[in-house]
Amino acid sequence: MNMELSRRQFLAATGAGVAGTALGAFGFGEIEAAHAEAIRAFKLVNTTETRNTCPYCSVACGIIMYSKGDLKKGEKAEIVHIEGDTDHPTNRGTLCPKGAALLDFVKAETRLKYPMVRKPGSDKFERISWNDALDRIARLMKDDRDGNFVQKNNDGVTVNRWTTTGFLAASATTNETAFATYKVVRSAGMLVFDNQARV
Amino acid sequence: MTNSWTDIRNTDLVVIMGGNAAEAHPCGFKWVTEAKANRGAKLIVVDPRFTRSASVADFYAPIRQGSDIAFLLGVMNYCIKNDKVQWDYVKAFTNAAFIVKDGFEYKDGLFTGYDETKRDYDKSTWNYVIGDDGYAVVDDTLTNPRCVWNLLKAHISIYTPEMVERICGTPKEKFLKVAEMISECSTPTKTMTSMYALGWTQHSKGSQNIRSMAMLQLVLGNIGVRGGGMNALRGHSNIQGLTDVGLMSNLLPGYMTLPNEKEVDFDSYMSTRGFKPLRPNQTSYWQNYKKFFVSFLKTMWGAAATPENHFAYDWLPKLDVPGYDVLRAFELMNQGKMTGYICQGFNPLLAAPNRTKLTASLSKLKFLVTMDPLDTETSRFWENHGEFNDVDPSQIQTEVYQLPSTCFAEDEGSLTNSGRWLQWHWPGGTAPGEAKTDNWIMAQIYTRLRDLYRKEGGAFPDPIVNLDWSYADPGEPTAEELAKELNGKALTPLMDPTDPTKVVVEAGKLVPSFAALRDDGSTTSGCWIYSGCFNENGNNMARRDTSDPDETGAYSKWAFSWPVNRRILYNRASADLNGKAWDPSRKLIEWDGQKWSGYDVPDIAPTAKPQDVGPFIMNAEGVSRLFVVGMMRDGPFPSHYEPFESPVTNLIAPKIRGNPVARVFKGDFAQFAEPASQEFPYAATSYRLTEHFHYWTKHVWVNAVLQPEFFVEISEELAKEKGIVKGGWVRVWSKRGSIKAKAVVTKRIKPLICDGKPVHVVGIPLHWGFTGAAKKGFGPNSLTPFVGDANIETPEYKAFLVNIEPIAGPVA
Amino acid sequence: MFPPVPNPTTQPTPPKFGDQDLIRRSASNVTPPAQRQTEVAKLIDVSKCIGCKACQSACIEWNDTHPEIGINTGVYDNPHDLTPDMFTLMRFTEWENPETNNLEWLIRKDGCMHCEDPGCLKACPAPGAIVQYSNGIVDFIHENCIGCGYCIKGCPFNIPRISQVTHTAYKCTLCSDRIAVGQGPACAKACPTQAIVFGTKDEMKEHAAGRITDLKSRGFANAGLYDPQGVGGTHVMYVLHHADKPEIYAGLPNNPRISPIVEAWKGVTKYAGLAVIGFAAAAGFMHYLVAGPNRVSEEDEEAAEKLTGEEPRP
Repeated sequence: MNMELSRRQFLAATGAGVAGTALGAFGFGEIEAAHAEAIRAFKLVNTTETRNTCPYCSVACGIIMYSKGDLKKGEKAEIVHIEGDTDHPTNRGTLCPKGAALLDFVKAETRLKYPMVRKPGSDKFERISWNDALDRIARLMKDDRDGNFVQKNNDGVTVNRWTTTGFLAASATTNETAFATYKVVRSAGMLVFDNQARV
Repeated sequence: MTNSWTDIRNTDLVVIMGGNAAEAHPCGFKWVTEAKANRGAKLIVVDPRFTRSASVADFYAPIRQGSDIAFLLGVMNYCIKNDKVQWDYVKAFTNAAFIVKDGFEYKDGLFTGYDETKRDYDKSTWNYVIGDDGYAVVDDTLTNPRCVWNLLKAHISIYTPEMVERICGTPKEKFLKVAEMISECSTPTKTMTSMYALGWTQHSKGSQNIRSMAMLQLVLGNIGVRGGGMNALRGHSNIQGLTDVGLMSNLLPGYMTLPNEKEVDFDSYMSTRGFKPLRPNQTSYWQNYKKFFVSFLKTMWGAAATPENHFAYDWLPKLDVPGYDVLRAFELMNQGKMTGYICQGFNPLLAAPNRTKLTASLSKLKFLVTMDPLDTETSRFWENHGEFNDVDPSQIQTEVYQLPSTCFAEDEGSLTNSGRWLQWHWPGGTAPGEAKTDNWIMAQIYTRLRDLYRKEGGAFPDPIVNLDWSYADPGEPTAEELAKELNGKALTPLMDPTDPTKVVVEAGKLVPSFAALRDDGSTTSGCWIYSGCFNENGNNMARRDTSDPDETGAYSKWAFSWPVNRRILYNRASADLNGKAWDPSRKLIEWDGQKWSGYDVPDIAPTAKPQDVGPFIMNAEGVSRLFVVGMMRDGPFPSHYEPFESPVTNLIAPKIRGNPVARVFKGDFAQFAEPASQEFPYAATSYRLTEHFHYWTKHVWVNAVLQPEFFVEISEELAKEKGIVKGGWVRVWSKRGSIKAKAVVTKRIKPLICDGKPVHVVGIPLHWGFTGAAKKGFGPNSLTPFVGDANIETPEYKAFLVNIEPIAGPVA
Repeated sequence: MFPPVPNPTTQPTPPKFGDQDLIRRSASNVTPPAQRQTEVAKLIDVSKCIGCKACQSACIEWNDTHPEIGINTGVYDNPHDLTPDMFTLMRFTEWENPETNNLEWLIRKDGCMHCEDPGCLKACPAPGAIVQYSNGIVDFIHENCIGCGYCIKGCPFNIPRISQVTHTAYKCTLCSDRIAVGQGPACAKACPTQAIVFGTKDEMKEHAAGRITDLKSRGFANAGLYDPQGVGGTHVMYVLHHADKPEIYAGLPNNPRISPIVEAWKGVTKYAGLAVIGFAAAAGFMHYLVAGPNRVSEEDEEAAEKLTGEEPRP
């Protein structure tokens, strides 16, 4: 703390305070302009509301996201506040300490913004374009599948399985994403497939 | 959950055991406080620690982690001994009267048929006596010594209050108080709800923990009723949905199962899935399996799935082992048998057991892909973070792609909550940078792979190139398109089975529910249990009508609950054999002489006569199972087994270590501490804290403020013994790893006296890692053993052994 | 269920109270409104609190504060104390009930009590830095605050904190901005178990009575309401299972009242307030009398002494 500043502020304020007291006592106590600023302007005025559910636990509390800008109108939208949805039958507007801080998840410094690659033996991530990353991933998958796909087992039974590349599914993606994922994984013949139900 | 969050308000007694709802599910726990405030309900908490749930409980009893079965069978024994049984329910709605085959027995901790080398049972004697009429033989008088009820009584008779105290460390009088409070719920007008979570599942006998309570709830008549039920509190927002949709090694959507390689063709696959009723008149709903299975195959491969190719049955991969779960995946990786791994919103480096093994395993991959909105430890497993991730990047040849995905706020679709409600959500914010939706990423990977196969050919391209991917934009299917696929549609006009001239569903229309599905290839449905979620009435998951007649807590017009918008499973069992509510004040559905109706969608055919058709329609028996045939690997009844790492030997069966049929990979056994180990004398357990969610919120500034730094919790007694001070540094180590943490010394953990010997508990919360806003730290999984539940391979995170010592803190 | 706090409006709404509703203003006179607004209150039912800290989280997010990430000191309390960026705090006490030998984990949400007779306001020498509305809300106006710290000394609950950045005092506003548009405080809306509820003071007393009856039926014979009359009652009240022993809840004062020194100071200003000299003298006098560390630095004190010509005292 800057003591010098503090002292000067104190002294200046002391003077103002004394004057205020005196004025007040003499009946000149018209309410100062600053006074009305006591109550902060309501910060959600003219924001856009969007209904969502909390992505953390399985209670699935209803939330309302307040944004500047409206996605539905094709605008860029910046979420400025999130709180519980009182209309929701389960949580009735309440949220836990995680849910109440969802805004800081959306805006976390460690949100990922760009595809990255870490090359073999390297000690760093490097930016890569989506196209290059996806082309490479598809190539790696195909090469492995072509090399290790098992069409028939030793008994000659058709098994059509691929066990050298695996997929761990999420715990918070939508059912719709889950089904798209299921189709991709199973059609490729993958068996090494699990989700986070156990942990 | 058999019931819903909002139904908990109807209960008289809440038992929180194997979970900590106030801590992990605070807003669901609200309904416990409502039941307490409005109905005078009581709350019991049984836990090794005095938790946040315990802080508002009416009664708390301590228990040693990993001994829940002994406790629960002890309560059941108490209820039976004291005639606290809802007899009408037990007789009519359970298999108590079924006669079990001669030869089945239980001795020295093992059931008949154990093979030590295979660590498995020959289960052939674990079955009913089948009569000449093809049905199971029953004795309604319950006098036959071989009936399930009498076998059960004998099986649990060793779990006396004294034995419970010796095994669990729960003082006898506290156990008896709990047993007495629970036993009061055997009357038809009093009910109890069980709220549990990973405190029960994360054991090598996790499934049997849950079965024990489910059986107790049946004995008390508490399944299917308002305010009752078995309520699994799922950990993540859509882990219910991910499992419903079948994203597990051995599953198809809707709890159908993937073929194994012995099921060489469609017919042999179906032959074990006939589910013929075991008693007259019973529904045995799985008889419809083929309809759901064929509709699923048609959804996958569309026109390419034909009756001629058995709807592309061969295109499904066939299993050679029970399943390639996450533990087996890392085992294979460690053996160098895997090339690539793709992690979608999953951080296994912190979430899976034995981190040393995980790091070694990931280092052997050729490539790793992560998709996540947040930075993860897994995607940076190769990066040196000092003691928090002490690796040499130059020695790790894995190629890693870190793909940024959108988060909930920027994404659209449905999540299935613990109460089986599918709730739609809408995007409200613009994604940061180049982050993309998971749908986009999956579609981009798929279409590239498909195009490579189209261009180059390769290993069996058929299932890939023929996958039905007819979305408006193949590069990014919309949530709505996928939801309609899950629901299913008619491919040709569907005629009324009773009137072949009448069209019930026109071609191209969405089916109203799974009742319309056919086994001839004329319908699709991605996940039959979700059918009805998005039909011609629109997106039922997006419904927001909060009406709730008579405040039952059903909220039938809010969102969509699977199956067919049913809010309480087995709700037929809420009424007696004549179809009248057991408890008139808690009416759910009733029989009016012609049909079932009430506050919920009946869990039985609407015209099924109450005396004829049993309430448990998914079971071939028509009733629930106190004795289970075929499905559990470790026994038709639960039995007490110690954790693989236990501070004591098994009192009931001293020769048996852990669960005798749990899978243990070669090499992992050598990494378990001996029972009653001197080297690792303390019983550790891992858990969540309310301030954090898994490994996500360490990235969230506010949550990092509320619980900033990794710690372990110990009793004042252990602290004194080891010279550990509150807020000081400690080292905790197991046979697999070592961590450093701050010490929280608390009265909320007390030493337990088990068979005369003190057992000290060391509590280890998760949540910390080396990325994010919170202070860098270790999680418990540097220490945890690499073994899972015998039935479903959930890792044994809740009970293992460690040692602890005070250390000097890092130099500031 | 107590009626939940409604969802916020996004439409511009005229505030339900404002300057015209002031009943007190620090170091100033105000003309109280002819009609007092219905008094509001927040009721914190400690017996329903699960210590989840949702209130802290919601408070940070609504008030746009940015507390520091601290360390673990062997307890669950985080941050370790109220700060200018943390207006409310769960304080955890592990208490072994000598009558039952049972452990009770007492978790109390600490924060401004919005006293009917606010010690902070009475101690405050800066005109208009602290105000009280007729609905009971006591609010700080940072533009007028001089950061002297007397509000802390005046507060029987040790609540306000001075920011080292802005050099002004901070505390819970009872979310005056939300209440002004018909909302409840952010913490009350978030609280998962409705351990925090908000309404008129009469409603809160009635709700508390029901809760106390329930607690007594569960064996808490001394359950009761904490609405301390020594400060004229408060607009934040507690339901306690052991209302006969408030001090076991992390030192909740048994019979809080404004320090007589603060009352004396008010007396001094009343008579001496007309003169410049009067304020400074009284300020110095009070600082001398109030024991313990003060935010006012020794140097500031010296400056004040120079102003008044008083000799330093031992």
